[in-house]
This record gives sequence, C-alpha cells and structure tokens, in this order.
Amino acid sequence: MSTSIENLKTFDPFADTGDDDISQPTNYIHIRIQQRNGRKTLTTVQGLPVEYDQKRILRALKKDFACNGTIVKDDELGEVIQLQGDQRVKVMEFLSTQLNILKKNIKIHGF
Amino acid sequence: MASVDESLTPTAEEQLEFDPTIKKKKKKSKAVSFSPDDLDDAAPQDETPDPEVDELTDMFAGLKKKKKKSTSSAPLEAAEDASAGDAGPEDNVEDFDFGGQKKKKKKKVADVSAFEQQLEEAGVNEEEDAGEDDTFEKLEGEEEGEGEEEEAGWLNSDREYSYEELLHRFFKILRTNNPELAGERGQRYKIPPPSVMREGNKKTIFANLKDISDRMHRPYEHVMQFLFAELGTSGSVDGNSRLVIKGRFQQKQLENVLRRYIMEYVTCKTCKSINTHLAKENRLYFLVCESCGSRRSVSGIKTGFQAHIGKRKKMLG
Repeated sequence: MSTSIENLKTFDPFADTGDDDISQPTNYIHIRIQQRNGRKTLTTVQGLPVEYDQKRILRALKKDFACNGTIVKDDELGEVIQLQGDQRVKVMEFLSTQLNILKKNIKIHGF
Repeated sequence: MASVDESLTPTAEEQLEFDPTIKKKKKKSKAVSFSPDDLDDAAPQDETPDPEVDELTDMFAGLKKKKKKSTSSAPLEAAEDASAGDAGPEDNVEDFDFGGQKKKKKKKVADVSAFEQQLEEAGVNEEEDAGEDDTFEKLEGEEEGEGEEEEAGWLNSDREYSYEELLHRFFKILRTNNPELAGERGQRYKIPPPSVMREGNKKTIFANLKDISDRMHRPYEHVMQFLFAELGTSGSVDGNSRLVIKGRFQQKQLENVLRRYIMEYVTCKTCKSINTHLAKENRLYFLVCESCGSRRSVSGIKTGFQAHIGKRKKMLG
C-alpha cells in the first residue's frame, strides 16, 4: 500500500522506458531445422555465447532429449550444435531455463 | 492530484469503484487479506513489503468497513462516492462539492458499470490484485474515477491539469471525432492461403506465390529467398511461375513461415498497415510505410548455417 503515494514521485516522461535498450544485434541464437530424408530432421543451434562450453551443453542436450548430436565447426559461424530430430522448442526451453538466455535473443526458424 | 491526501486516493478509488455486483466478492477477499494476521500472507501478493503497510492497511481496513455499510444500504451511493474520486478520508468526500456532481453521477452510474464490465472482460481488474505499484492501475483508477467528472470537475477549475486528465480528454475527443486515428484499425488485410501440392515424393509446389507476393507488394524473389532461408532448403520456379521447394511441406507450415515474413518485412510496426514498400539504400533494406510514412531498417535475409546432408564425400571435398 505504500506505493499508493505514487503521485509524489516526480515522473520523467522522457526517461528511457527500457524496452529499447541497445543490445548487439549480432548475438542472436538461431535455432534452425533442416529436413533430411524421409520424415527425419536435423536441428542446428547457431550462435551460442562463447563463454559456454559447447561440449558440456551438447552432452546435456543429448541426455535430456535422448538424441544424438555433434558439434560442427564452421569457418564464419563458429561452433554449431547439431541435433537429430526436431528439438527446436526443447532447445529453446533449455537455453532459457538452464542458461538464463532471454527468449527474445533466441530465434526459431523453420516451419 | 498534488496533495498527499489525493495521492492516496487511487487505491481507495479502485476498491470503491467496482459496480455492486463485483463489489461483494472483492470486499470479502480484500477484507480477509487485510486482517492483521493474514497481513504477512497478503503482503507478498500486493508486492508491498514495506513497514508503512501496517498503517495504511489499518486505514484502509477502517475505510472498508464504512464502505461495506454504505454498499449494503445503498449501492448507488457507494458508486457515487467512488466516482467522486477524492476518497482519501471519507469525510473529505462529503465536503467535496457533492451537490453539483450528484445529478451527473446518477446518470452515469449505468455507464460506469457497463464500462467496468468491459474492463473486467479485458482482464484489467485482475491487475489490481497483481501489482499495486503498477502504473496502469493508477491510470485506470483515474480513468474510472474522473471519467465522469471530467468535464464538470477539472475543466473549470483553476488548478493545473494533470497529464493523465489531458491524455484521457485527448483520446476521448479523438475517438469521437476520428476513430480511425485512435489506434483501432478496422480492416484486416486478406492474403490468400498458400496453395500447396506435392510433386512426386520429395518436392512441394507452392502454386500461388506470385499472387501472394503481389498482394504484399513484394518481389517474389524476395519472398522466395526468405522461404528458402527459413526452411533450410532450395528450389526453383517452374514454367507457370509456381515455386518448387525441395522437401515435404504442408500448407500450414508454409503459412507459418509466410506469417513470419509478413510480420518482419511487410507490416509497419508503427501503424500495423501493410501498405509498405522495401527500399534498398547502400546495402541496407528499409521498410517504408506509405500510410504513416515511418521508416525502419530490416535485416537482410540470411541463410545461416546449413548442415551438410546426404553424401559424406561432399563434406570432405
């Protein structure tokens, strides 16, 4: 109830609202899907922050989703995690809950 | 809206303003939560773990009792109190030039309750329990409390008008005079659903790509590029300007991708119109809205990482 004295605070209409804070546009994490033969698919996770150990993440992902996976080293994009099957939503959940990555920094591609 | 007394009012108002039907429920729940024993439980809900809480809640508890009496005896009166706005200490309410407003109130009560119902449908009233220091809430409190006394109350007075009052007045006038500017867009743009067929076992035909991209005023190459990047495949355009995509896709899936394309590259973020065009300026794409004139830069289409699929020899070579 103490906050009901709201009007006493000086309100600055020009203060930053905070929703347009400048974050580097390049640090999106892209989660993509690719079709393989038949109804098989492949999920790729690109752009994970470098401070995380990709190997450990991969191991956790593989265990959690019960799928195989690998780390592919790309010349431009760095290390990319590849997982078997459509794990896009699960990967997103994992990243946001376990690694505290903001969901707005994760982009899911594909259908 | 400057003195301390008045600054206390928004919360008091909220509790007062419910129309009779809602009132009873609210009263009960609130009354329970404000009893001193439950205060610890109630405090986290209200998100106000300050020491001042005690005093204030005591005050409110007192208020509540009074109000309850009044509601049980005459719900209308309570509503009037509510709309009178200045509810801090209740005696003030009576002093507050009540005579002039009384007539108005009675007429408006029906409107207010209808408005309340709408608000409730919109789930606004839930917010009052959720966050006490929510600015929205304050707005609502004032909106409801002063909505009806707007013209009579503050327009004639000499005091400084608060921002909210003026804002509400502006939107009211705007809505009555030209509603199309008040953010309510009437017509939705229709885009035909993608017609999707299977060609053979491994290819999908997207037949009306041209039609769709014409509707969106985009070159079909651009749409095509986006589709391929998102789906992680490739394809081509056949003789009848149909798009042939490698891989199996269902109409729903392509619809999702198209929707994302429209969100990203077609609709204007400012006015939601799709009357836009893409302009390319030194390697950057800008989305220019033709109805409101806003410009924003859009990122180019990037394919990103593509895993090697199929023959392993290719990867080595």
